[in-house]
Amino acid sequence: MRREIPLAITGIVGVVFVVQYFIPHFPFSRMNDWFSDWFSIVQACAIWLGALNLLKISAQKIAARKSDWIYSIVIVACFFLIVIIGFIEGESFRGQGTAFSWLYDYVYTPLSATMFAILAFFVASASYRAFRARNFEATLLLGAAFFVMLGRVPVGDMLTAFLPDGYRLSALASWVMNFPQAAGQRAIMIGIALGIVSTSLRIILGIERSHLGGE
Amino acid sequence: MEHFAVWVAAFLTLGIVSFLYKDNPWYKLSEAIFVGISAGYWFVVLFWDNIYGKFWNGIFPEELIDSAGNVVTREPDYWLLVGAVLGTLMLLRLIPKIGWISRWPLAFIIGCTSGLYLINYFSSNMMRQVEATIMPLVGHWVLDPATSQNAFSAFSGADIFSNLVLVIGTFTGLVYFYFSKEHRGAFGGTAKVGIFFIMITFGASFGYTVMSRMSLLIGRADFLLFDWLGLVR
Repeated sequence: MRREIPLAITGIVGVVFVVQYFIPHFPFSRMNDWFSDWFSIVQACAIWLGALNLLKISAQKIAARKSDWIYSIVIVACFFLIVIIGFIEGESFRGQGTAFSWLYDYVYTPLSATMFAILAFFVASASYRAFRARNFEATLLLGAAFFVMLGRVPVGDMLTAFLPDGYRLSALASWVMNFPQAAGQRAIMIGIALGIVSTSLRIILGIERSHLGGE
Repeated sequence: MEHFAVWVAAFLTLGIVSFLYKDNPWYKLSEAIFVGISAGYWFVVLFWDNIYGKFWNGIFPEELIDSAGNVVTREPDYWLLVGAVLGTLMLLRLIPKIGWISRWPLAFIIGCTSGLYLINYFSSNMMRQVEATIMPLVGHWVLDPATSQNAFSAFSGADIFSNLVLVIGTFTGLVYFYFSKEHRGAFGGTAKVGIFFIMITFGASFGYTVMSRMSLLIGRADFLLFDWLGLVR
């Protein structure tokens, strides 16, 4: 019961999604619509589950007065602040001038953009340590990264201003991206696609069951 | 209010940047705000878009008025209740004793994703990529409007070289990923060329990622110097 029902659900749903691609007519088209709608609802509940789990963990941390518990209060307070505002403002919560959009523009956006922006420093420091031209392969890696980075900024073209138009660093960076990079990317994409197709087949046929956990 | 908003955004931006010095209370506060606001943001967005927009409006459809001014009544779609039941079962994971029931909606999600990925990846990431690689290398036939006959149009030397790089790179890269045969002899040599292309791919992708992060960093610096401090005009 604990394993058979989930396996049956996975198999049926997976087969319907595959079949409706080849037979996009009733009843498969209708089933595809149902499954897509259910997927959206379950997806929302999954995100809710994550948010509720975050609240549960934060509450446990506050109750046990664990280290940095004060920040868990901030997490809970900020969560409820935006949720209450979002519910009070109703369906048009994204509209201009709403408190929700204010929080999005002046709290969420600066925080998320800065979080990703500071990665530039860590990437630079990691590359300083990792990028050594020890052999031919490593030199290719280093060279490709160097040309792409330099070709994407104005100084790249300034340094090669003496060359004809199509031979400057920006053109070279574009060529590297469009041909050798695209070739390697294609090989990787085809490899990934083969892996995903075989794993999906194993899951649908019930051979791969690790997502169901132990017991 | 606008002035206050800019100060809030600057305070939070500098709080995150302060981590470059070391982990500190300012960073931890900004991080906690980010975690709480992000979780709440997606909670609200998915409620209004998926739960209210899809489920509630599907079960209790509102009357619509068409372009001719007629009231259009839609039938409720009670099949959406199945989705609501699955969603509720997902939340049971929070109750350890009956948490195993959440495997049913999880199995549904895995089934949907597997079915979708099987088809999508096979068609877009495999067949389309193979199709794009089987390309004319040295030229192609084009219809000559003057004679209404097909004429061969040769590519330039640079184009032929670029096309060869693309085809050879893809083929050798695929050979490298074939691990069922030992990489020795001619096969090993081909795989070696494949590694060169894959190294260029990794290097170029790395450079591209660094530049995207840099552009975000420039955006934040621009905000601090222009919007907040007003130093740059």
